[in-house]
Amino acid sequence: MAVQDYIRKRFFPHIWCAGCGHGTVLNALLRSVEALGLSKDELVMVSGIGCSARISGYVDFHTLHTLHGRALAFATGVKMGRPDLKIICPLGDGDALAIGGNHFIHAARRNIDVTTIVLNNQIYGMTGGQFSPLSGCDVNATTAPYANIDPAFDTVNLATASGATFVARTTTFHVHELEKYLTRAIAHRGFSVVEVLSQCPTHFGRRNNQSDAVEMLDHFRQQTVARGAKRSRERPDLMQRGIFVEEERPEYCEQYDALVAKASAAGNGTNNGGAAS
Amino acid sequence: MVKTQENYVAARTVDEISVNAEWCKRCGLCVAYCPKRVFDQDAFGRVIAARVADCIGCELCERLCPDLAITLLPERAVAHG
Ligand SMILES: Cc1ncc(C[n+]2csc(CCOP(=O)(O)OP(=O)(O)O)c2C)c(N)n1
Ligand code: SF4
Ligand code: SF4
Ligand code: SF4
Repeated sequence: MAVQDYIRKRFFPHIWCAGCGHGTVLNALLRSVEALGLSKDELVMVSGIGCSARISGYVDFHTLHTLHGRALAFATGVKMGRPDLKIICPLGDGDALAIGGNHFIHAARRNIDVTTIVLNNQIYGMTGGQFSPLSGCDVNATTAPYANIDPAFDTVNLATASGATFVARTTTFHVHELEKYLTRAIAHRGFSVVEVLSQCPTHFGRRNNQSDAVEMLDHFRQQTVARGAKRSRERPDLMQRGIFVEEERPEYCEQYDALVAKASAAGNGTNNGGAAS
Repeated sequence: MVKTQENYVAARTVDEISVNAEWCKRCGLCVAYCPKRVFDQDAFGRVIAARVADCIGCELCERLCPDLAITLLPERAVAHG
């Protein structure tokens, strides 16, 4: 199936600003789904609220556009009801790790089979440029006009410590890497997290001396390095890209099914004089 | 300023590059990052694939485009494994 067959063309051109990285993530995601040969009917996209969350309107899968921060809670429900479906949650940095931080760590802890994409533009795009827990120190935002003093979470470390069984990071500049990681994440059985540094020229770039998408991508190119590369040892200040975790651990829905089977085999547990019920 | 992707893969033969003018938002990413400088922008910012013969089929433009506006032709057949 061609990439354009996976989208709802009637809603294009999409709503995102010129040069918004979220469109590039959509682009890569469609190619990953195509490479995996998945049909639209076996895919469910569950998003929260934010510019990033608007992705769910554009893909022609089963889609739910839910509440800010709560996509993983809805996704958990869908996956428990239909474990045969592939669930993808595209989350903004605020959506994933501010209001949604608690859902994020617990979904990871359970290792439920959901692919989470954190579209990290280091800002609240939709609401006009407030800082998020991924903005980091010295970033300018509408709510930090003299620069931010809040340190950022490291999404990779947070996901890893919480129990995610696939964890990767890349940027919208590294598009081939992005497609590869998304493909691996979707194929992975368990909770997978792909953090993608994505540019918001409108609210982040404009306030942080990066005039447009071209300049912002150049920044991603210069400020990141492939994990394990020689340069990553020479420049520990650069953010690492790569696959950080890829491991097997019992998946939540499988554990649940196993428990149901075990409990059913043992009967209902009431002592009614030894008669099998 | 010519910028190149660290590890792009030269992949396919491209006969034609379609730029969907209705979807393109003139962000300039394809123009800036094509390693062969295939694209130009006219006085209104509209994107033109001016030097298709120079294209090496790296697919960078097609994938970088946030608006899904670029299609390299003929389209690549995807092998499902
Ligand atoms: C419960 C609730 N609180 C706050 C909001 C307002 N709100 C909408 S989107 C958003 C943050 C968007 O930022 P992010 O999640 O990083 O996504 P982006 O828009 O940058 O892609 C906020 C705070 C809301 N819609 N619902
Ligand atoms: S405000 Fe930022 S995140 Fe939202 S569509 Fe525009 S560029 Fe993208
Ligand atoms: S990258 Fe896409 S949207 Fe941007 S100028 Fe090129 S064709 Fe237009
Ligand atoms: S595929 Fe696109 S980016 Fe690559 S050389 Fe051809 S026109 Fe340039």
